[in-house]
Amino acid sequence: MMPRIALKTGIWVALATLFLSSLGLLLWQYTVQGTDRSLSAKLELGTDFSLTDHNGDTITEAAFAGRPTLIYFGFTRCPEVCPTTLYELSGWFEALGDEGRDLQAFFISVDPERDTPEIMKGYAEAFGDRVTGITGDPDEVARVIAAWHVYAAKIPTDDGDYTMDHTASVFLIGRDGRFRGTIAYGEDFESATGKLRRLAGIS
Amino acid sequence: MKTITIAIAAALFGLSAQASIAHDYKLGALEIGHPYARATPPNAPVSGGYLTIRNTGDEADRLIGGEAGFADRVEIHEMSMENDVMKMRELSDGVEIPAGGEVVLKPGGYHIMFIGLDSRMAEGESRTATLTFEKAGSIEVDFSVENINKIKDRMKNDGHGDMDHGDMGHDSMKHGD
Repeated sequence: MMPRIALKTGIWVALATLFLSSLGLLLWQYTVQGTDRSLSAKLELGTDFSLTDHNGDTITEAAFAGRPTLIYFGFTRCPEVCPTTLYELSGWFEALGDEGRDLQAFFISVDPERDTPEIMKGYAEAFGDRVTGITGDPDEVARVIAAWHVYAAKIPTDDGDYTMDHTASVFLIGRDGRFRGTIAYGEDFESATGKLRRLAGIS
Repeated sequence: MKTITIAIAAALFGLSAQASIAHDYKLGALEIGHPYARATPPNAPVSGGYLTIRNTGDEADRLIGGEAGFADRVEIHEMSMENDVMKMRELSDGVEIPAGGEVVLKPGGYHIMFIGLDSRMAEGESRTATLTFEKAGSIEVDFSVENINKIKDRMKNDGHGDMDHGDMGHDSMKHGD
């Protein structure tokens, strides 16, 4: 009798230990490795959407497929990271020349209430004819922002106005419309153009 | 004819040379070095202003704000990058310039925000703004408008940091959600 109880208890303890340790392993993977690049391939980013491009025409997720694509979330009242990133982006396109001739970029406003298509047009076009501004219904924009796991938050200023905090990375999408990686803010030129060369090379 | 051309060329050269030369100001114990502002894309309602302030006195002062004819508002802001998220905060109390110390307003950190521009700021132009300090008072300075390449070169040469804020997780997905 005694040995059987001891055996039973032992099995339960072993099972509990196994369960807890695998739970621990899962948690460890999630918290420690959650941002590891080996997992990024499994990330499903993006969503279908219907918004307005800077010419006032309807644009959908279909625009991101068929060509190697860069998307960047920002706003025109952004003094620093947005103009810098878009300027660098046009420099990457120029440097890649023929190799990156079908690369295209989209600048999606995180401030659609103030960034009208007209404002987006003049702004985006200053960075070349392969950069298209996207804005539109704030709820629809918010859905796209969430689907790309982009952080964007209105920060009120003292004068009753507001500014925006936002993710400053450039997202890379392959011709198949799938997420392929990011270029960080301020990433060096060689690294960025290397990624774009690979992106353009993937069929 | 030739002399006139040379004279014009010399004058133009002189002008452009002057525009690129660092310009400095003095207000009491404060020395203000080369104010410059970022050239803007069309329709951009904001620009950033940068400069160096040295305090040669033995009392701390603060840059608390300013005004400009070409912008609706002039504010002091601080930008920072946290996990690939750009954050910007207005500094209501301004920036302290410690006694005997130096503060550099530069891309990626403290900057002056010109909000509500009356026109596009093009490279090579100059815009006048008044800066206000808590103790030293106000001073009118010219901000030379520079493009991003020139600003980067300046930061490299000055040794005041660089623009490379993306030194982590280039390939990995990092997002602040």
